[in-house]
Amino acid sequence: MSSIKDRVIDIIAQQAVLDPSDVSPESTLEDLGIDSLGLVESIFAIEEEFDISVPFNANAPEESEFDISSVASIIDGIEALVKEQS
Amino acid sequence: MKRVVITGAGTINALGHNVPDTLEAMREGRCGIGDLQFRDVDRLAIRIGGQVRGYEPETRFNRQQLSLYDRFTQFTLIAAREAIAQSGLEFSGELAARAGVVLGNSGGGMTTLDENYRSVYEDGKNRVHPFVVPKLMNNAAASHVSMEFNLKGPSFTVSTACASSNHAMAQAFQMVHGGMTPVMVTGGSESMLCFGGVKAWEGLRVMSKDGCRPFSANRNGMVQGEGAGIFVFEEYEHARARGAEILAEVAGYAMSSDAADIVMPSKQGAARAIKGALADARLNASEVGYINAHGTGTAANDKTESAAVADVFGAHADRLMISSTKSMHGHLIGGTGAVELLACILAVRDGVIAPTIGYEEPDPECALDVVPNEAREADVSVALSNAFAFGGLNAVLALKRFT
Repeated sequence: MSSIKDRVIDIIAQQAVLDPSDVSPESTLEDLGIDSLGLVESIFAIEEEFDISVPFNANAPEESEFDISSVASIIDGIEALVKEQS
Repeated sequence: MKRVVITGAGTINALGHNVPDTLEAMREGRCGIGDLQFRDVDRLAIRIGGQVRGYEPETRFNRQQLSLYDRFTQFTLIAAREAIAQSGLEFSGELAARAGVVLGNSGGGMTTLDENYRSVYEDGKNRVHPFVVPKLMNNAAASHVSMEFNLKGPSFTVSTACASSNHAMAQAFQMVHGGMTPVMVTGGSESMLCFGGVKAWEGLRVMSKDGCRPFSANRNGMVQGEGAGIFVFEEYEHARARGAEILAEVAGYAMSSDAADIVMPSKQGAARAIKGALADARLNASEVGYINAHGTGTAANDKTESAAVADVFGAHADRLMISSTKSMHGHLIGGTGAVELLACILAVRDGVIAPTIGYEEPDPECALDVVPNEAREADVSVALSNAFAFGGLNAVLALKRFT
């Protein structure tokens, strides 16, 4: 099975309607054209993919424990959650 | 007061995926009712309905749109695209700021609700897709029409069960008639043909297992349909100034409430709505040539409706024609009045009266000319469209040939 990083990038790329090769870890969701609805849909897809629960409240994204400032921070967060919740 | 005309019509329903195909099916008296096809249908006692067939959502909408559009919203947008394209209107500036969309709908995103309940209750999942709420809300279709066509005026959804579309169109008419806006997009839609939707109706014991036969002595209940009907209501001078094609004139309407019973219809309530529509449109009863009946095919509705028509029209009741096109497309509940208004346009514009198909045996309690089984050519200048909902909420529209 591919790495967590690749699987997260695939989900984000699909949401942004881009090729996974066009999604770099430095990208922000804004760079990729993913809006607030796209974000909650991506988080849902990630939860489904890894069978985890992501602590994220759309009312206060900056206060959430889950860091969505870049693709890399999302990947780090998911790796930690997978470890913690497995 | 302003005259109100119809400058665009659109639909998708069991008879066709657009207006020309639907009108052709009505002329031919074709039946769109057949075996229902969806998951768990084998657990239902009622297995027939007017389902939209040969419909591929992926060819009409992209993946992102489909994640937000329940089936009732998809149907609405397809019908709205046809209606607005026919009208030739583009909404920008002042027109966009004033024009809105008022739609009828009863069940909201029933398919979305059904799928997600199944997922959490039956499959035991603890997570649902994040768009369940914006997908299933009753106003989703009206909102997406406003977004796709840049309609920034008053928009909302009216929910009065089987009369939803007629109440919505009456409201839109009133808004244009009173000068609030030169254009309103209106009509309605419904999509309840899923396991939970039909199961709920089954419980009420009013559904037929074998067919919709309005006014026929051997009728045994209603058959549900699905789809949408959308119209562009436009102020006459506005339409004339731009040389728009006018399909018909909306002459008036009336609404009434039985204030009696949550499911049983009332002759007096229906009669007051019919009489009120004639008065509002300043028409004599003798001018009405055709009535598109509510005609659900239930024992109670059809005899009550026939009695109400006899009361209002007196001797003229025997000269006018009344048919129920639900026999062909099924009962679209909150969307039904909208699809049925097409039959009224067919009557006043094309001089063709859509039939009541499935008619087998005369019922002395429904002794009117119900245009049995075959369409008829007739010179009709005024048509009424009846809708009498559960909850005793009635709305009747009067349509006139445009001259």
